[in-house]
Amino acid sequence: MTTMLSLHSDERKLVPPLTGRRKSGGNGISHRASPIATAVLLLGAAYCLLPVLWVLVASTKSGAELFSTFTLLPSTHLFDNIAELSVYRGGLFWRWMLNTALYAGVGAIASTYVSALSGYVLAKFRFPGKGTVFAVLLMGVLVPGVILAIPQYLLMAQFELTNTYWSVLLPQIISPYGIYLARIYAAASVPDEVIEAARTEGAKELYIFNRIATPMMLPGLVTIFLFSFVGIWNNFMLPYIMLGDDKLFPITVGLHGLLNQGATVPALYTSVITGALLSILPLIAIFLLLQRYWRVDLAAGAVKA
Amino acid sequence: MRKSFRAGAALTVATAAMLATGCSAGSGAEPGPVELTYWAWAPELDKVVEVWNEENPDIQVTVQKQDGGDPAITKLLTAIKAGNGAPDLIQAEYQKIPTLVSSDALTDLAPVGAGDLAGNFADGVWSSVTLGGDSVYAVPQDSGPMMFFYREDIFNELGLTVPTTWDEYAETARAVRAADPTKFLGTFSANDAGWFTGLSQQAGASWWGIDGEAWTVGVDEEPTQKVAEFWGGLVEEGVIDNTPMYTPEWNAGLNDGSRIAWTGAVWGPGVLGGNAPDTAGLWKVAPLPQWDASTPATGNWGGSSTGVTTQSEHPEEALEFITWLNTDPEAVAALVETSGIYPADTASAASALSKAPGFFGNQPDFYDVAADIAKTVKPFTYGPNANVTYSAYNDEFAKAADARSQAAFVDAVAVMQKITVDDLEKAGFTVK
Repeated sequence: MTTMLSLHSDERKLVPPLTGRRKSGGNGISHRASPIATAVLLLGAAYCLLPVLWVLVASTKSGAELFSTFTLLPSTHLFDNIAELSVYRGGLFWRWMLNTALYAGVGAIASTYVSALSGYVLAKFRFPGKGTVFAVLLMGVLVPGVILAIPQYLLMAQFELTNTYWSVLLPQIISPYGIYLARIYAAASVPDEVIEAARTEGAKELYIFNRIATPMMLPGLVTIFLFSFVGIWNNFMLPYIMLGDDKLFPITVGLHGLLNQGATVPALYTSVITGALLSILPLIAIFLLLQRYWRVDLAAGAVKA
Repeated sequence: MRKSFRAGAALTVATAAMLATGCSAGSGAEPGPVELTYWAWAPELDKVVEVWNEENPDIQVTVQKQDGGDPAITKLLTAIKAGNGAPDLIQAEYQKIPTLVSSDALTDLAPVGAGDLAGNFADGVWSSVTLGGDSVYAVPQDSGPMMFFYREDIFNELGLTVPTTWDEYAETARAVRAADPTKFLGTFSANDAGWFTGLSQQAGASWWGIDGEAWTVGVDEEPTQKVAEFWGGLVEEGVIDNTPMYTPEWNAGLNDGSRIAWTGAVWGPGVLGGNAPDTAGLWKVAPLPQWDASTPATGNWGGSSTGVTTQSEHPEEALEFITWLNTDPEAVAALVETSGIYPADTASAASALSKAPGFFGNQPDFYDVAADIAKTVKPFTYGPNANVTYSAYNDEFAKAADARSQAAFVDAVAVMQKITVDDLEKAGFTVK
């Protein structure tokens, strides 16, 4: 379970620096550091980073060393472990990585587009029932996705889509939180005058959205994309319930399976730990790559994850 | 304009693709070979099934690897309730069979001829797939007679002898603590209900029974009370550990020699070899300590069967395949070699299990010892809510082990009984 924790802590770790920068930036608060605040922050950092460090160190140990040597003493078996993980059931681990990349990549792009479109419509159009739609949406934000997994399974079973890629992709495309964020971004960043001007020029509505509104909302959309990418990457319950074939598993469910082989088979601890380490690398990479698109002013007010 | 047209086109294509895959995933009645899906978690089982697929082009089986017994059964029950999505074949532990039968998840295989297989298996094993009636709900695959594993080198070093009765086990546990306080003879694991069930089975318990149209529940009876009292006493005294098995600490103990024995089962070499590979050749196996040395007995921990689900459209072909898998000498040999199981089929087991597992190279007669022990397995009947009883065990004994109190161990058995009976009644069964 430590490995699961570390995935989450990593996700959190990457958010605070942005809000931190905002605070020390503009609004004239004294720049002298309070020792208590510093100590609390250091404790928080240690709390978040220690599991990552543990995964890093443990992934360098061989199976025998894992439980017999000092916890934070690194060893030299990282590449052996990666090799061992890579040969497990004919390289299934890399298939899981690709599956996760597919679920998270395609899912996040589709979800961002749907969110942007819905948010834009909610922000810029008047139509009967708009208030009700938005209220239902807000309720949707409050319902945790975990609760919906079983009803979604039953729905997918009606269409005989369980145990397919679609069963994991489709439910994650609709994200009430993403739509909610997109509505705020659209309201704030797309002036009505621009839309009016485009209409006067004879542009069709979809054209206005795709060519004019979307670029203006882009920084906000990057935020939505990142949220939904990380959300899908770390999602466990939905694929766990939907999928029966381990060739379709994302990395989270796959690693869980390596740990729970049943009482008669030893758990593959070193492989799980090495796999957990490898599985967070793409997340770190995508955050570093997309960080510069993340506009602090926009995100800071709206993003309270 | 063109841009939006292109986006629309892309959407249409995506929707079409979605529908196409949806359809092809759903239909299964096209001509050609019969295709069966098989949910199982035995390691490398797909390699054994490959042998079948090559020889039988008309019946092609696809293994979909699952995470151990519990998740696979939960998923199967969900799929049965949903009305589709279940595989054709399922690997089911014996204690899950009554649950699956009462949820109408398993096809009775007697009408397609499974009754002929009765002679291949020990009576105790066969009765757990028939539930004592004329129906056959699954074909046994492997069994897990319990055995006593110990570190021969440390036993010699401390001058200990292998305990043959539970009284001797208690004496040995005390002697270990006296000789070296860093070591333990064993642990009481509140995480492994199957382990405790096996120990109770050895003592003569059978937690469920069928009395006409009603179920009986016999958890809180003398055999189980005796087992709980025994282990509770040792834990209270502090001469055995009270932390669960299969934890990183437990693994560490196997590696560094602070756990010098283990009441495990015949599949133990895989667990020991996987968690403490450096101790190869240091372990030996013996029968479990006995309650009555004159009538040796043991229990089962683990073991599973292959069933056909009620959603399968091809029960005959499925039975043909599972008969081959679990009774054909070639298949059983492959199961032993590749998946490392202890086969339930008695004749094929004898021929397949000639050589001791590599981890027990120091004990060439490993499987002879195992075969003798396997003959002493006591009968045991599981009920339709074994999962409830098992989780009651986990909850109640976790508290008792934590409290290190013998009285709490005995109380925990009574609570298990109550929870089991209440749950059965709530589910609408008659309980006597």
